[in-house]
Formats: sequence, structure tokens, C-alpha cells
Amino acid sequence: MGRYVVRRLLQMIPVFIGATLLIFLMVNVMGDPIAGLCGDRQCDPATAAQLEKEFGLDKPVWQQYLTYMGNVFTGDFGTAFNGQEVTELMSTAFPVTIRLTIVAILFEIVIGITLGVVTGLRRGRPVDTGVLLVTLVVISVPTFVTGLLLQLLLGVEWGWIKPSVSTDATFDELIVPGLVLASVSLAYVTRLTRTSIAENKRSDYVRTAVAKGLPQRRVITRHLLRNSLIPVVTFIGTDIGALMGGAIVTERIFNIHGVGYQLYQGILRQNTQTVVGFVTVLVLVFLVANLLVDLLYAVLDPRIRYA
Amino acid sequence: MRGATHAKWAACAVAVALAATACGGDDSDSGSGTGSDSGAVLSSSWGDPQNPLEPANTNEVQGGKVLDMIFRSLKKYDPETGEAEDMLAESIETTDSQNFTITIKDWTFSNGEKVTAKSFVDAWNYGASLKNNQKNAYFFGYIEGYDKTHPEDGSKQSADTLSGLKVVDDKTFTVKLSQKFSTFPETLGYPAFAPLPQAFFDDHDAWLSKPVGNGPYAIDSYAKGSQMSLRAWDAYPGEDKAQNGGVDLKVYTDNNTAYTDLMAGNLDLVDDVPASQLQNVQADLGDRYLNTPAGIIQTLAFPFYDDDWNKAGMEKVRTGLSRAIDREQITETIFQKTRTPATDWTSPVLGEDGGFKEGLCGDACEYDADAAKRLIEEGGGLPGGQVKITYNADTGSHKEWVDAVCNSINNALDNERACVGNPVGTFADFRSQITDHKMSGPFRAGWQMDYPLIQNFLQPLYYTNASSNDGKWSNKEFDDLVDQANAESDTAKAIGLFQDAEEVVRDNMAAIPLWYQNGSAGYSERLSDVRLNPFSVPVYNEIKVG
Repeated sequence: MGRYVVRRLLQMIPVFIGATLLIFLMVNVMGDPIAGLCGDRQCDPATAAQLEKEFGLDKPVWQQYLTYMGNVFTGDFGTAFNGQEVTELMSTAFPVTIRLTIVAILFEIVIGITLGVVTGLRRGRPVDTGVLLVTLVVISVPTFVTGLLLQLLLGVEWGWIKPSVSTDATFDELIVPGLVLASVSLAYVTRLTRTSIAENKRSDYVRTAVAKGLPQRRVITRHLLRNSLIPVVTFIGTDIGALMGGAIVTERIFNIHGVGYQLYQGILRQNTQTVVGFVTVLVLVFLVANLLVDLLYAVLDPRIRYA
Repeated sequence: MRGATHAKWAACAVAVALAATACGGDDSDSGSGTGSDSGAVLSSSWGDPQNPLEPANTNEVQGGKVLDMIFRSLKKYDPETGEAEDMLAESIETTDSQNFTITIKDWTFSNGEKVTAKSFVDAWNYGASLKNNQKNAYFFGYIEGYDKTHPEDGSKQSADTLSGLKVVDDKTFTVKLSQKFSTFPETLGYPAFAPLPQAFFDDHDAWLSKPVGNGPYAIDSYAKGSQMSLRAWDAYPGEDKAQNGGVDLKVYTDNNTAYTDLMAGNLDLVDDVPASQLQNVQADLGDRYLNTPAGIIQTLAFPFYDDDWNKAGMEKVRTGLSRAIDREQITETIFQKTRTPATDWTSPVLGEDGGFKEGLCGDACEYDADAAKRLIEEGGGLPGGQVKITYNADTGSHKEWVDAVCNSINNALDNERACVGNPVGTFADFRSQITDHKMSGPFRAGWQMDYPLIQNFLQPLYYTNASSNDGKWSNKEFDDLVDQANAESDTAKAIGLFQDAEEVVRDNMAAIPLWYQNGSAGYSERLSDVRLNPFSVPVYNEIKVG
């Protein structure tokens, strides 16, 4: 187990370097960021040169990358164009997005798995068909439509919620945005769980458990569900990274000042430091989440052992 | 755009505190009953400023909005007429349009410090000094000694202060310009010329995290990137005291969300109505929707560094293109009349006296398909048989109007392929392509005035090698007329000369004027006396709540 974890951690290094390098190059290809700082006019050349020097943009790209990575390892993610340190931006943005992600994941787990179990056990019944149809609709409607629609109905027409989330972004304010963010994944989780449950219901160990005379509740939670959850856990694990980085649309609609907002603004303003910094952290989150998922397999399925 | 809370969780704590006070404020509002409440706070939409909030470093509307509330300069532009009126200035005197003696009134900063001649001189020196990276440094370019504090080639500056600025006593200082510039006093309302308190220089980081100024509002708290709370400053010495208790500026990523919040009663004032809502805005807000002229003109500029566009006869092609654009139809269908077809190169906010001359463009801006076709043929046809209009596709619904302009040109010329749009992904990339002279055809050029003077609509854009002369157009006749106008001390005569210069722009069609842009805003039923100034910023201090 320990050796496995170490091996996985070592594998992360090339992935990490590759991902950051790619992002760094992509942002650089977009052109000179200083030019956008002076509005619809040309920056005066002297100030532009001075700014380039200050942000290190006058050096060749490989050198910029090396300096940047060197700084990152000492915890310095650089400074955004508005004079704020990127770590400061992160300290305000990440807590918000993490809360949003937690709400979304909770929705996926609670609603998604429950619906999946119910439909899996009642395959072919009206409940199953009904939920299947609903998930089909949810998957096919883009997030921004669901988001704007809910915002308009709940926020403006019925006045149940505020259409935008305040700066503190507390958990109760994030319920609706979290649901919107989770909606598509939620539908996938339902379908995955359903298929998995339906398949395992006919497996030998379940039949044995039933034959042993175990109560149905115990058969489902201990034997059936535990084994059926393996693909679902993989999905949810990888989804954590996707939700955190992919919240741009939801965050825009509900005016949440999280990671998506900072990334969007960073890209528009071609702020290499902000974009690379945030993506670096997201890459790390993604890698760690994947590792945790793999370790969870062993917990869920006793047959899996890591040497 | 901004920075003092380096502690990781400080920003969050501030945000919580903000929410708490805001809630408290709401309660007292509802309890006050009828009539306007001078203590009530309104909320307004905001965008995250792009640069640190220093007066000489803020060049866009969002940061300008804040500076407009917390700073007062020597002059202030009248929200209605755009005329520069004395604010802190007791008098600005000159005999030769080059040496000015400025006397200031009794005034204090909101931290109690006195505003003295030194506050101005220090602030201007700071703005002009290359090492401070101030993006508006060029505003001080007319002052003697600027070439020393801000060498054009970026070499090391040989002086830290402008030799043209001298403090005479506490209330008086003199300015010596490097050339004659008769309308110099009228430029002094621009925020870059604001005075700065000693605190700005003593502890710069602390000042940036909570700027202190001398305007009708003082900053109560500032959570960067999310919200700024401004409160009326009770001891404000000026006459334009705030008529409300304060303003909470909330950052919105998307102006659609701000509009939805306004509809839901969650926000009081939106100063940028999204294009997609223009069709509903009358029904939604009725007379609580403002659509008034702002000092913004949109044009198509040309790359004069490209020989194809600069050879003899091309002025006919450019004029032909101008006549192939049906401005009337585009402003009506695409912009729902939030733009007005342009008939000169300035803006209606200047007023007739200020140099705006309706119809100065004449036939050259009138849609006429036959004339367009003839002119382009006479001029030798479109370079390469096709024009590509370059624009940035990330903001401002530029794609829609560029496509419409191209359609109009294609229809007028009976040629499906005469004009195509050429989108560039981001504004920054668009600007850097322009700076690198990579344009191969006309490109989008917008100009928002810095101060309401005809000079500001002409010199920075068309004077040889001027700061915003993106197309690198150069014309000796134009330059001479502008020089003469700047040296002319009689305002009416100066404006006449500027208009002569504008006619040179027309005859050469240095840029195609498209339309004048309006400022738009919508507000809740709680507010009254809302209006926009010529810079399309709400006049916050006049707004009454209740």
C-alpha cells in the first residue's frame, strides 16, 4: 500500500510539469498581455517596457517558465496585473469554489445514488422509466439553460432565493447553484448506479446473501451497494476536478466570485500568473482526487489489494 | 484594479462584516418611512478594476467610478453640459497659454489632512515618474521636464520631479508647459490630476487597500474583487455633498446577473444594461431606464503603415466604404437606438459651443450604394478585392455589428465577398496586434474621451505619432491646424481651428465614423434623481434614496 502511494506520487511529477508547461505556453501564445492594459489606446512604450520588465515578460519563454516554477515551489505564485498577489486571489476564490463543489458532490451522492438504487432495484417499473426520462432531459439541457431558468423562476418570479450569491457565499446560498452545477453529473451518477445495481443483483454473492436469510436492507447496503459503487466512486472522484474547474458557467450566472470567475478574468486579461497559478492548483486537486479514488477501491472491494 | 489584505482570511472576514453592516442598513431604511432618506445606502453594479486604484493609473470606467466619488480635482465637469468648472481651484491664471499660476481653495482630505499646493505637485510628480508605472503618465506630457522623468525610449529617468512644477506657498503653485496649450486648464478635471494625501506616499500598500481622497465619499471597507462600501463623508467641504448615505459597489462578472438582481429587487442601480435585455428594458423599467449620450465614438481605423491603404486614391475607397454603411439601420436593429449614427468625429456631449458639429461629415457619412460603388471603383478598388474588419470578439457584442457592417457593404457593392469580419479572441491580443502593426485592413476603434474637449477627440487619435493614432495616419495640414488651435487663447477661435482640422480628417477619411455611443442605466423604484455624466458614469452624489 505504502509503496503504491509513493509510486503514484512520483508519477504525478511529470504530469504536473507537463500540464503547467502546456498551460504556460498556451497563455503565452495568446500574445502580449501588456497591450490590453491601457484600454483602447497604445501604452506609452516606456511604461510598457517597464511593466514587461516588472512581470518578467521581457525574458525568453523557457526562462520565464523556469523562474515561475522556481517561485511556485517557494509558495510565490506571482502578482496579478491589478497588484494583488495570486495567493491572495486563491485564498478568497478557493474556499468559495470548494464550498460550491461540496454542495454539488453532496447532491450527486445523496440524490444520484438514491435514485440509482431505487431504479436499479425496480428495473422496468414506471419509477425506472420516469427517472430515466428525467435524467435524459437533464443531460441534454446545457447547464447555462438550467441555471438561468432556475435563477429567473426562483429568484425573480417566485422570490424564493436571491438571484446572485453574496460575497460570503455561505452554504445555504449555494444550494441552488450547487444543484445546477451537479445536475448533469447527477444524472450520470443515477444511471451508473442503476446499471451497476441491476447487474450485481443477479450475481452469486447476492444470491448467497439472500439464501443465508440476511434481511434485505443488509443485503442491499453491505453486499450489493458496496460492490456496485466502484464505478460510481471513480466517476465522482474525477468529477471533483471537473466541477472545480468547470464551474465557470455556473459561477458567472450566479455571480459567485470563485475559481471560475478568477480564471475567466485571468484569461480575458491574459494574466499568465493568475491562469497558470489556478490551473496548477486544479491539476494538483485532480491528481490527488484520482489517487484517493484508487485507494478507495481497496476499501470498497476486499478483493483489490495494492502491493 | 487594487491591495492591502495580505492575510489569507482577512478578505473573507471583511466580506462577512460587510454583509452584517449592509443588513443593518436595510433595516433602518425600511423603518424610515416616506420621503427621501439622506442616510440610506444604495447598491450599484461594479466591475473589478483592471489596475491598482491610483488616480494616474486608472484608465477605465470601473476604477474611474470610484475615483469620481472619492476625489475632487482642480476642475470638475458639469454632469449636464460637460463644461469644466472650478472645484478646488480658486483661480488658474495665465498670460501666455504656457505659464499657469494655480491657487487652491481651503480643502481637506477625508483623513483630516489639509490639501495644499504640495499635495498636487507631489501627486503629479508621482504620476509622471516612469518608475511608478502609471498608465496615465502621458497626461503630464505637456508639463516641462516630462522628457526627463519619463524618457520616451524607456532609458533611465534623469529626474524624479517635473521641472515645470513649483510650489509657491501653501495655496499656490505654478505650472510651466513645454508648449503653448490654451485649453490646459480644462483638462484638469481628469482624475489623473487629483491631489494625493501624504499617506499615499508614506504607506502605499495601506493606502491602496483603502484609498483616502478628498471627494464627497470616503471608503468604508474594500474587499478586493467583490465589494466596496463607500459612505458619505459628513465633513465634505465642497458644495456637491452626497444626497444619500453611501454606495455599495458590488462586483458582477456578468451584467446579465446584475440586471436580474435589479429585477429581483436585490440591487438598486445597474449602469450597463446588457445588449440582450435592450428589447425588454422599456417594459421592465419604463422611465427608470436611462439612455443618454456619452463621450464615446466608434470608428473604423485604417492601417496607414500598409501601402495598399496609403497610396493615392485610397481616400476615395475609404469614403466609398463609409458610404456603403447603413448606420441608421444598424443602430436601430442591432443597438436598439442606444447608438446614434455619427455625422462628425467628436461627440454630441461636447455641445455646439464645445466643437460638436452635426453633419460635418456631410455626404461622406450618408448611405448611398451607387455612390459607394462609384467611389471605390474610382479609387482603384478594394485592396486584394476584399476588406477584413478586425475586432475583438470577447466583449461588447462587436461581432454583431461588424457582421452587420459587412452585410451592408456587401449589399451596397453587390459583392458577397467584399467584406468579412476577422475576430480576434481577446482584447489584449487585439491590442497587441494593433501595436505591432499587424492589421491588414480596417479595424474597430473606439474612443472614450478623457475630458470633454474637441482637442481630446482629434489630437490623440490623428496627430502624427499621437498616443492613440493606431493607424499611424499622418498629415501635415492636420498637424499644423492642431498646433495653431492649441496656441490660440480665444476658445471660440481655437474650436474653429480644430473643426478645420476635423475637415482634413474628413477629406482624407482617416477613419470612418460609425456611431456615437450612449450610456445606459436602470434603477430601482427606491431611487430618484439618477443621471449619467458625459463619461457614462452615474452621478452618485446626486442620487436620492427613498
